Amino acid sequence: MNAFDGLSLGFSHALTLSNLGWALLGCFLGTAVGVLPGIGPALTIALLLPITFQVEATGAFILFCGIFYGAMYGGSTTSILLNTPGESGSIITALEGAKMARNGRAGPALATAAIGSFVAGTIGTLGISFLGPVVVEFALKLGPAEYFSLMVLCFVTVSAVLGGSALRGLTSLAFGLLLGLVGIDLQSGQPRMTFGIPELLDGVNVVLVAVALFAVGETLFLAWRHHDNQAVVRPVGSIMMSRDDWKRSWKPWLRGSFLGFPFGVMPAGGTEMPTMLSYYAERKLVAPEHVHEFGTTGAIEGVAGPEAANNAAAAGILVPMLTLGLPTSATAAIMLSAFQSYGINPGPMLFEQQSALVWTLIASLYVANIMLVVLNLPLVGLWARILKIPQPQLYAGILVFATIGTYGISNSVVDLVLLYSIGFVAMFMRRFDFPTAPVVIGMILGPMAEQAMRQALTISQGDWTAFVTRPGSAVLLGLAVLALVGPRVWGMVRRG
Amino acid sequence: MFNRRQLLAAPALLLTAPALLLANTARAEQRFPSLSMFIPAGPGGGWDGLGRAIEQVSRQAGLVGTFQFENIGGAGGTVGLPRFVASKRGRGDALMVSGSIMVGSVLTNKTPVGLQNVTPVARLTEEADVIVVPAASPIKDISGFLAALKANPGGTSIAGGSAGGTDHIALGLVLKSQGHSARQGSYVAFAGGGPAQAAILGAQVSAGMSGLSEFAEQIKAGRMRALATTGATRSDPAIPTLKESGVDVVITNWRGVFAPPGVRPEALTKLVALMTELHALPAWAEMLKTRDWADAFMVGDEFARFLDSDRAQTELVLKEIGLA
Repeated sequence: MNAFDGLSLGFSHALTLSNLGWALLGCFLGTAVGVLPGIGPALTIALLLPITFQVEATGAFILFCGIFYGAMYGGSTTSILLNTPGESGSIITALEGAKMARNGRAGPALATAAIGSFVAGTIGTLGISFLGPVVVEFALKLGPAEYFSLMVLCFVTVSAVLGGSALRGLTSLAFGLLLGLVGIDLQSGQPRMTFGIPELLDGVNVVLVAVALFAVGETLFLAWRHHDNQAVVRPVGSIMMSRDDWKRSWKPWLRGSFLGFPFGVMPAGGTEMPTMLSYYAERKLVAPEHVHEFGTTGAIEGVAGPEAANNAAAAGILVPMLTLGLPTSATAAIMLSAFQSYGINPGPMLFEQQSALVWTLIASLYVANIMLVVLNLPLVGLWARILKIPQPQLYAGILVFATIGTYGISNSVVDLVLLYSIGFVAMFMRRFDFPTAPVVIGMILGPMAEQAMRQALTISQGDWTAFVTRPGSAVLLGLAVLALVGPRVWGMVRRG
Repeated sequence: MFNRRQLLAAPALLLTAPALLLANTARAEQRFPSLSMFIPAGPGGGWDGLGRAIEQVSRQAGLVGTFQFENIGGAGGTVGLPRFVASKRGRGDALMVSGSIMVGSVLTNKTPVGLQNVTPVARLTEEADVIVVPAASPIKDISGFLAALKANPGGTSIAGGSAGGTDHIALGLVLKSQGHSARQGSYVAFAGGGPAQAAILGAQVSAGMSGLSEFAEQIKAGRMRALATTGATRSDPAIPTLKESGVDVVITNWRGVFAPPGVRPEALTKLVALMTELHALPAWAEMLKTRDWADAFMVGDEFARFLDSDRAQTELVLKEIGLA
């Protein structure tokens, strides 16, 4: 069956009333869980497994995919409005999105996130339909050495968020790398820096750290430094995107989509790395007249790109699951176990043996994407109105929201202690002009880079040249050097 | 936390739904009005699956009235274990699901609370590991693999689950059988089944080791070649065991249930009787079949002795690798 026949079959199944109902329910639930920092799509689908026992396979998977895509949409809303990322793929969105919201541009930020997610989701789903099997075979050629080099390339993106002082920025990065080390080391099974606290054995949750740094830190800082008693109400500004906003958004949407999809397909990729690279790219490629908006009033490119990247990556994650039966994320793993409960063993033969189910699922992804943008765009005005709440009450609300969400991660008091300790540190970081974004980048990339490096060195029996003798790895390392040195050399050449 | 092998049994979750719907058709004498089931792992994993399977079968048979589930996951169960010990001490109506993964993680994490702090009730299921190579590998069978391992243990990289787990220990035992130290192997640990399988399919490593069900579909599709399983008998009629290939190594990933510390002997007898009755039910045999779990029922002193020998074997290998 070729892709076109498959899709027409899929749409004929997906467009029944009950299946559209499942898609709508999934999108709605997904948006809701995406908003909460603690609850992600994986947990939600795990909890829903028993309910869907009564439901035929097609309906259940349409529901699950709706949740999966919906969570990617929902995650951006709180990132932008409350500086509280709902899941790890939206952490980077908060960098510019929250600044835009603070400067009366919450509406355009939310709109570009929603439309960008739609564009990226559609491109990603097209990728699943037509390129899936090809891309995944290519992705399998990447080994730990290539992943390490890819992460080295991602580390370059830190330079985009270092702020005024490189020393302060690198200190923040080191703090993030330190936090990333906590927990059991995968390659040796040994606990590191857990101080005998069993809750720390699993490491520190990155969403928790982002919420602590961005939301709690900011709230505590305002409580500390905000002296006048006048209640400031933030301007909400225009809700819709202006012509200029569209003009500035469409290229980042496309770049983000094409960056995100392959990362999602990679077995060790994920949604975080492409958002970092997209942010870095947008910051470097932005038109000169808007450069000053980055990190100050918030640039729309910095929301459009990463939001597209995380949605395209989410679509990419489904590729290894559908083509090879490989669960490369927690959500995909739960979905695979749901396949098994229907007596379907997902593996390399899934597309052939269950073509009707798989194509219905892919068709329902297109449907879910349209539903989500229809569901989310009218809500932009409603969401943006949250900012009309006077600041003290708004920040109190953010604190409550962050606390509840964090407790939801694992019902552990230790997590709350961590949230407020790191939030307290973040308050001082804000006071003394240390950027907080490098902490998150260090925390996400550090452990991944370390594991990939050690896996590669185990395979090469300790031979470091593996990173440059493998062609893929060498190319990526070359790109990293270019990205780091290139702009400086170019600047020197231009100045003469 | 969501490792594929633990997730394989997640469908058991689905089966709790009909259990809720079926009125208590009491066929057997009710032994417990209510039982609390502690799962030291997240929902959807293998331990969770076993716990929910016990719930379904024993409630349908009317052996137990209701179950209260509590999931506290993380670090191979060593996050949940101390909480179970502290909160359920002395209670005769509480069970914790656990297994070989915890024997290893207690040793590698060096946690003060271990399985010696809980009371063994019954071993219920087990799953053998399988050794695979990528389809294009020059290694054709188990003797070829052993020869490669013997000649160059460092050059034969093997992908598997987290360090110190069943896969790693199995490799250590095989290395020892070939006259090497368990330390000499090139074991590449991956978080979760997806990345490990990808590394094997892409021939990034020479071979892989993990639970048979995890690789079964790739083997069927011809993308991986199965060389041997690690059980005492064949798990798949087409794949030889290590034992029949002349390697005296038997290791499986077993799962069972434990009672809290300090339970009275009569309460323990009651729990063992419940598990024995459960195991005898045709519905349990049916459950094992649908879940693809091998029956590994064992209670009382026999189970306690098995635990001791399992811990000794695990500790020996982990010490030699340098992890315990």
